[in-house]
This record gives sequence, C-alpha cells and structure tokens, in this order.
Amino acid sequence: RDTTWPYQCFGCFVFKPSAKKKKTLSLADHFIHGCEGAENSEKRFKLCQDLWDQIKTDTEVLQDELNRNILDSLLDFTRKCSSTRQHSDWASQMRASEIPTAALVLGVNVPDHDMTFQSLSDLLQQSVTPYVASVQAKECGALKHLIKRVLERLMGTVVTVDDEEEEEAEQTSAQHHKSVHCSLSTLCDWYNTKTKKSNTGTPGKKRSSPVRDGPQQPPVVIIFKDLEAFNPRVLQDFILICSRYIERLPLMFIFGIATSPSTIQHLLPHSVSSLLCIELFQSLSCTQHLATVIDKLILTKQFPFKLNGKVMQVLISIFLYHDFSVRKFIKGIQLALLEHFHSQPLSVLCCKKKEALLNVMQLDHLDLERIRHLLSFKRYVEKQEPREQVDLLTDDTHLKEVCQKLIKDLHKYHKNYYPILRCLHTLTSSLPRYPLGKQIRELHLICLEKNVWESEDYQSAMKLLKMLAKDELIALLQRCAEILQPAKSKKIKSALVQLEDMLTKFKQLDSNITSPLKHLQKKTDLAQLQKTLLEMNESRRAKKLSPFEVLRNEALEFIDSLVKSHLSPPESQVLNEVCYYTSSATVRRHLNATPRTSIQAALNSPFYYLQNDRLKTEDGTVSNAAPDICIAYATVVSAAEGNDPDSDNFGKVDEVKHARFIRAVSELEFLGFIKSTKQKTDHVARLTWGGC
Amino acid sequence: MAALLQHPGYEEERLQRVAEQLPCREVQAGILLSLMGQLPHATVSCVECVSVALLFEQVLLSFFGCDAASLLPRSASLSDFVRIYRQQCSQSPAKQTRYIVMEKAELLRDTDANLLPALLRLQELVEDNVTIILLSEIVWDKFRPNTGCFEPLLLHFPDYSKGELHTILSQDRHPSYSDEFYSSYINILLGVFYSVCRDLRELRHLAALNFSKFCEPLEEGKVKETDTHKLWRNIEPHLKKAMQTVYLREVSSVQWEQMQQTEEKENGALRGLSAHTHVELPYYSKFLLIAAYLASYNPARTDKRFFLKHHGKIRKTNFLKKNEKTSNHLLGPKPFPLDRLLAIFYSVVDSRVAPTASIFSQISSLVTLQLLTQVSHDDQLDAPKYKCAVSMDFICAISRTVNFEIVKYLYDFL
Repeated sequence: RDTTWPYQCFGCFVFKPSAKKKKTLSLADHFIHGCEGAENSEKRFKLCQDLWDQIKTDTEVLQDELNRNILDSLLDFTRKCSSTRQHSDWASQMRASEIPTAALVLGVNVPDHDMTFQSLSDLLQQSVTPYVASVQAKECGALKHLIKRVLERLMGTVVTVDDEEEEEAEQTSAQHHKSVHCSLSTLCDWYNTKTKKSNTGTPGKKRSSPVRDGPQQPPVVIIFKDLEAFNPRVLQDFILICSRYIERLPLMFIFGIATSPSTIQHLLPHSVSSLLCIELFQSLSCTQHLATVIDKLILTKQFPFKLNGKVMQVLISIFLYHDFSVRKFIKGIQLALLEHFHSQPLSVLCCKKKEALLNVMQLDHLDLERIRHLLSFKRYVEKQEPREQVDLLTDDTHLKEVCQKLIKDLHKYHKNYYPILRCLHTLTSSLPRYPLGKQIRELHLICLEKNVWESEDYQSAMKLLKMLAKDELIALLQRCAEILQPAKSKKIKSALVQLEDMLTKFKQLDSNITSPLKHLQKKTDLAQLQKTLLEMNESRRAKKLSPFEVLRNEALEFIDSLVKSHLSPPESQVLNEVCYYTSSATVRRHLNATPRTSIQAALNSPFYYLQNDRLKTEDGTVSNAAPDICIAYATVVSAAEGNDPDSDNFGKVDEVKHARFIRAVSELEFLGFIKSTKQKTDHVARLTWGGC
Repeated sequence: MAALLQHPGYEEERLQRVAEQLPCREVQAGILLSLMGQLPHATVSCVECVSVALLFEQVLLSFFGCDAASLLPRSASLSDFVRIYRQQCSQSPAKQTRYIVMEKAELLRDTDANLLPALLRLQELVEDNVTIILLSEIVWDKFRPNTGCFEPLLLHFPDYSKGELHTILSQDRHPSYSDEFYSSYINILLGVFYSVCRDLRELRHLAALNFSKFCEPLEEGKVKETDTHKLWRNIEPHLKKAMQTVYLREVSSVQWEQMQQTEEKENGALRGLSAHTHVELPYYSKFLLIAAYLASYNPARTDKRFFLKHHGKIRKTNFLKKNEKTSNHLLGPKPFPLDRLLAIFYSVVDSRVAPTASIFSQISSLVTLQLLTQVSHDDQLDAPKYKCAVSMDFICAISRTVNFEIVKYLYDFL
C-alpha cells in the first residue's frame, strides 16, 4: 500500500464511540481490515476506543468549565431582565419597550460555537425559561423563514408559510399536526395560553414544573447563532415586528458575534438598534482555550498516547495559521490516535502501566521481532555488553523481561517530564523577551525536538534568571515547589525536599545583608538591568560572592540538573515508538488537504491513479499512451510563458486528433489550469492559482 | 383647540379623550374626522405580513370575523380575497365606510406588482364602501406604481415643533414630582437634544433615563425645586455625555443607569460598542485580508510594481492615468478576481504556503464574517470576485500584528 500519494483511496474509518453495539462491531471490522499486524488488532481497537472515549468526556467537561463564567453571567442577565420587566416603577415602565439583548462575542472560530450555544440553551431551559429557540442564518434566508423557524422551535408545531415549493411537504405533515399561521401574533396567543395554564398550575403539565419557582412570565429567548451571516433586512424587519409585541410577549435576544460588537452597528440602522437594550458579553479567547486543552490533554501523564514534536507542530500551526478551531485540534488528536493504533502493531503496549506490563508478556515472536527492529531499541542494544546483546536479539523470554523494565522506565520518564517542564516554564515565562517562549506549548515543542539545555535560548534564560531580585526568585521557586507538590515519583519527591530546603535557606538569609540587587526596582527593562549588573560585576569581580549569590547559584544549578535529567527528548527513550505518533505527513495530508497538488500529481503521473504500469516512463516525462488530458497538461506546463500551447498542433491536422485536443483543453479549463483569452481565436492563458 | 374635533357621530367626552391622547395633532385629527366619520376599520402592519395571504386574512378577520378568514384557501391570491370579500359583504353590507389602515405602507412596493394598484381601487373590485389608508414615512412620489392607479388623497403630518414636543413629553410626568418641575426638566433636555434628535420616542427614552440624575440634588436637599439654574448646572454635562453614549446606543440603557449609580469613580471605564473593533484572526486569514485590501485599492496594473522583485524603477507619475488622480480610497473598494487575490497573498506572506483547501475555506469564512464581500453571484464557481469590506484603520491594525507595512504597498500612498 502506497502512502506517498494523497487521496488514494484508504479505508475510511468513521469512528463513533456513541454508536450502538451492532455498529461498533462493524467499526471494529473496519479498523481491523487492512490493519498492520492483525493478530492483536482487536485489542488495539479496544484500547484506542477507550482512550478516545476518555479524551472526549474530558474535553467536554473542560469546555463546560471554560464556558461556565460567561454562561453564568448570561443566565444572570436573562433572569435580571425578566424580573425588571415585572417591576412597576416609573423608570422601568418608561423603558419597557426595549428588547433586552445580549451580544455574545465568541471569536472567529465559528465551528467551536455550536457546543457553547448548545450548553447555553440547555442551561437556559433548565433554570430560566422553557422557551428558547436558536436560529442560524442559513435557514433564515427570508423573513418568513426566520419567523417560521422561531415559531416551530418554540411551539413544537408545524408552521405554514404560504409557499408553493413547500406545499407538498406540508400536506403530508398536515395530517399529523395541526398547522398554524406564520405570524408573531400566533406565538403571542400561544404564549398567553401556556403561561395562564402554568400559572393556574394545571396538574400533569410537564412544562410548568421546572419553572414553578421562577418568574411568572418566563422570557422567550431567541438565539441568533451567527449574527454576521444574517441578511440585514431580515434581521431589521424581525426586530421591528418583535418590538410591536414586546408589551405582550417578554422577548429577549442573544446575538452570537464572531468578529466584534461594532457589527451590530453595521447591520442595524439607528432606528432599529434603538429598539434594543444591548449588553456585551466577551468569551474566553480561543488561544486561551487551546492553552487549557493542551494543558489538560497533552501535558499530562494521564494519557499514554503521545504526539511527537512534528505532529504537535502540524496541529498547532493548523490552529494558529488556519482556523483557530479547538474542535478541529481535538479532531486532529483523534486522527493521530486512530492512525497510531491502526498502523503501529506495538501500540498494544500504549496503555496504563499495569495493562502494558501484562501485554508485554503476551507478545508473540513476530511482535518481539518488531521490537528488535525499533530504532530506539537498536540504539539501546548497541550500548549493552556483547553477551547481553546476543540475549536480547535471540532470547524471547529475556527480551520480554527487559521490555517490562523498559516500559516501566518510559512511564517513569513521563511522570517526571511534565512536572519539570512546568517548573521550567514557570521560571522562564516571565523573563524579558521570553527566550523559551511565552506559552508552555512552545517550551514543550523545544523539549520534544532536542536537548533543551544545549540551546542558546536556554543559556540566556539561565543568565536572566541569575539577574532576578531575591524576592522574585523566591516567589518563582515557591511556585515550582507548588507544582512539584502533588507528584508521586520518588525522584520528584526528593527534588521537592531539596527545593524546600533551599527555600528555607533563602528565607533565613540575614536581612541585613544588603545586596545591591535589592535596590533595583522590581520592574526594570532588560537593557537597564543588564547594564547595572555589568557594572556590579566589574566592581565586584575580585570580591567574594554574597551568601545570597551562593545560594542563588546553587538553586539554579539544581534546576539545571533537574532539566538535564528529566527533559531529554522522547526520541532518546527506549521504546518511545510505542507511545509516540510520529507521522506528521499523514496528519497534514488529512487535515490540511491540497486538492490542487493531488490533481497535479494525477496529471503528472497517471500510472498511480490508473494503476497501469505501462504508463510509467523512465525519465519522468509523460508517455504518449497517457490520457489526452495528461499530455495537454504536460504541454501547458512546459510551454514557456507567452508561448502558445497550441504550437505542438502542427501542420496537418487529423480531425479526430483535433477533437481530442479540444476536449483535453476544455477539460483543463474546467479544472482551472488554463482559461481562454480574447487575444486571438482559441488562445488560452495559463492560470497560476486555480480555484479548486 | 378641542373645538377642531367635532363630529355628530361621537360623544363629546370620547373626542376629548382622543384629543388628550394625541396632543399637538388636533388639526390633522380634525381633518381625518371630518373626512371619515365613524369607523369600522382594520389595522394592518405591512412589516408583519410576510405574505400577502396574511394581509388578506387580517383584513377579513377584523371586518367579518374568523369564519370569513378561514374561508381563504392556502396561498390565497388577490382574486381569492376579492371573491370572499364580496361574498361576505353581500351578507353583511356596510352601513358605514370600512377602512383598512396600513402601517409602513412603503413595504407594499416590494410585494406583487399588482397589489398596490388593486388595493387603491379596492372599492371598485369588491363593490363595497371601503377605503384604504396608507401610513408611510416616504413621500407618495416614491411609490407611485407605473401602471394606472388612483391617486390617493395626501395628508401631510408635519414634524412636531419644539413647543409641541415639550407639551407631549411633559405628559409623562413622574408621579412623585410636580408638573412644573418635570416640565422644566423637559425644557433642559430639549435644549441639549433638540438640535440632534426630533424623534419623539427617542426623546422620551432619554428623558426617562436621565430623570433620576436630574432629581439627585433635590433628593440630597441641596436645591429647591424652583432653583432651575442650579439644576441645569448639575444635569447639563451629564446630558452631553449621554448624547455621545446612550443616544448612539454605544451603551445600553441598563448600563447607563448602572454608570449613574456607580458614578464618577471609574469614569469612562465602560467602553461603547464601537470601541470594540479588534478582531482576532488566524495568521493566514490576516494575510488574505491584507491581500484583499491591496487588491481592492490598488489598480491591477500596479501589481507588478509592488510584487515583482525586479520591477525596475517605476515612478508613480509614469503610470498615473488621467482618471486615477483621485484617491482610490475615496472611490471605495473595487472588485477583484480570486486569482489576483491569491497571487498577491502568496507574494506578501513571508513563508511558502501550500495552496491547501483550508486557504480557500478561509476566504469563504472571511465572506461570512463580512470582512470580504462576494461580488459575483454564488453560482459562479469558476472565477469568483470579491471586494474587501474593512476600513483602513482596521487593516492597519491587522498589519501591525503581523509586522507588515501595508502603507508601503498602497498605490495611494506612494
């Protein structure tokens, strides 16, 4: 199976954990089919699915937590609005004609908003009002469609719009439902009967129970998910109509805004926006959102599955450069997860430690051979004694024992890596110019790629750390100690003891020792700081170091040693291939597809797609047996600028050939490689950037 | 004044009540009354009638009851309406003129072309004593249909004068204050706002919002009700501030009230809607937007000058065409094809970018976010055309975040 060609038909793994049992079976079959190392594929499928389920629930919880603040304030807003409506003092009476509106600014990562709106409307229904309707621009092309959607969603009935095209659908549904007219007065009547019913407390009404304690007149909330995409006319008319009913119907709007609140002013003229009472709600930025997701999903030993530096880089750059979508980022992790378990037979060891140790014992000869071929293992073997080397390469039982030890080591490595990474980040993230990055993901990427302590940036970070004032340094070390606190590994525990030791020493330092550093203001700029320090160095070169300086150097050396022993890149770990997914090219190809490149590849090398070796040529030129379009494409590409591609169409023209040529040319035009010009008859121009 | 409103069909008392509800419109109301007499009528708002059938239904409903309205078939046409109307009015003939009042009548222009002329001659069609009243903010000339129709009688409602506004606004008096006090407040309010706003609804809103502030010195016992000058000194700067914020709906009325309560401690802490213009965009989206801006404001001929490495020395004067002396920025954005956008994009973005599907989808995302506008029709897949819809300030802010000096690439600023 060739993987170098994009868009060749791979098996497509649709993966839905929530699917029913029968369906999962077929999913497993999909997974197992064409899978590397089929013997343990079922086990791997199980592992993969469990992991994904866990990741999925974790992200959902995370999402809810992140949105909690803004959702809570929105809920407060709706409650407050509906309660002020019922006040009868002079000022609120005078203002009652405005429609309360929340402008919810969510950022440009539109695909991520769905979840937010879902939980918003769920929460509203649970605690404020049963009457919530969400609408999207694409289903509301005209005013009547907007009203229809709102009515349908609030009342749960079929709504008639006098439209010829919908007639048929309505006639069939009319038999089941009593359809109603598409106007807001219908809604108003419906609302009145509903609230009257619930006020008298008709028994057996489900709706009245959750809001019994709530306001007597629960508001009717309409959520516009994507305000920018709405037709301004439709929106304006809808607001005008709503404001005619505001006295009878406690309406309330929530605008989902992707860009900035000033769009409201672009969309609505003053005469309309003056009907609204707009309050602004700003959600967490998507970069903060991503940072939390990375923190909770990637920088943790909880998940045995890992991404190597290149794959991480691909996912992060898709996020930063292309879409800002956290959902897509998680999809990317899911893809990598699937690919890893599908293509790496040894991924059977990518699970919790206990399970992995068990699975080691169940490895068969073939799997052990695979281990022997792993690059990291080969390197490990080379370092062993000759006799041990022979044993490792020939004795399966011995290898299994060693593997158990190696797996344990790998888990230990992860146990230590993340706390130390966080410590280093804490120490360096506030340094001027951020030598090791502002975000922890940047530092993580550096550490995944190479030995971080060998980089220049690390050296300069260490130098800058030496320039910190005493209380600043103590504060940072204190925070490091807090990070190390919950860790359970032996090494980290002993490191924590040492660190705390130093901290007490720092605090015991006699306060009358006045270090010139203390006089420096807390926040000085880098240049000034360096200058002062240089001067100090000059003047005190010969002098003895102060106790603070001795202690400081000791502390930083200690940090340095921690970094050196725990932050080595994963590639240096034996058996890292078991847990780390490395194929960044696959991820990129699937998530960031290049359709044009694929078409070009098809045109250049038709034999891959047609699976016909006779079309293969030695020198990479197109064989004359290739389809016409390939030949025409080759002509277009080789034709120098300004040259007429027609030129190979020499002298005597065979009619069939001519027809084939014309067809090939129009096919190319259809694919967007050339376009016809008006310069002369049948002249075409080459296009640089196609629209496909 | 009330003498203007006299009609034998109405009791004196009722007319008096109407006159109170419609201050300063006695003349117009008098004319209407003398023209029409007592009224069986149907009021229809044209914004609300998303389909003509809804309009017909509402009319039939208010004249003949819901039985008549339910006779309308689905997707009723004008002739259905006329048929049922005739049928109904033969059963219950009009004793007096029936009136159909249409609010926002200018929207009738957007419905079927035959509706407006037909409504204007409805009397002939249904053979009933029926009259249409069109209410609109637009002059009749703007919606006269070109097929022959009856000219309606025009009745002009002039703007309220300052005095009239004062009379009307003074009626919303706060129950716990005297008439004179509220009236002097309205006087001050109009002094500030009359020059910018004549909208009664808006003024009423502003009056309600700022009244508590006006009363403040009174509550504290610093001033007497009659000391208008001191009251004025207190409220005037406040109203001026309101003009810049609440009036423009930069700040909502609730927020404005909260600001009054928390008061000058954190003055100006609240930023208006238009202060939030910053938009976070993915890196390539920023460059796509920059490229779109350049394509919209630079003539296509000059692309070579800006984006080819060895363009030679071309001075602006060399390729200045006669009609291009005016600034492109004054003329607004020009449409450009997708190809040109991408060509500029690939040359301004600093790294090598593969033409991936997500680059293309970012372009359509920018269109839905209304930062770009698609000029060509949706159906045109081949070479779509776009316009850049962001301002100079906006694009400069975006360029700054990616260290791109956009001014150097703009023909206007050469």
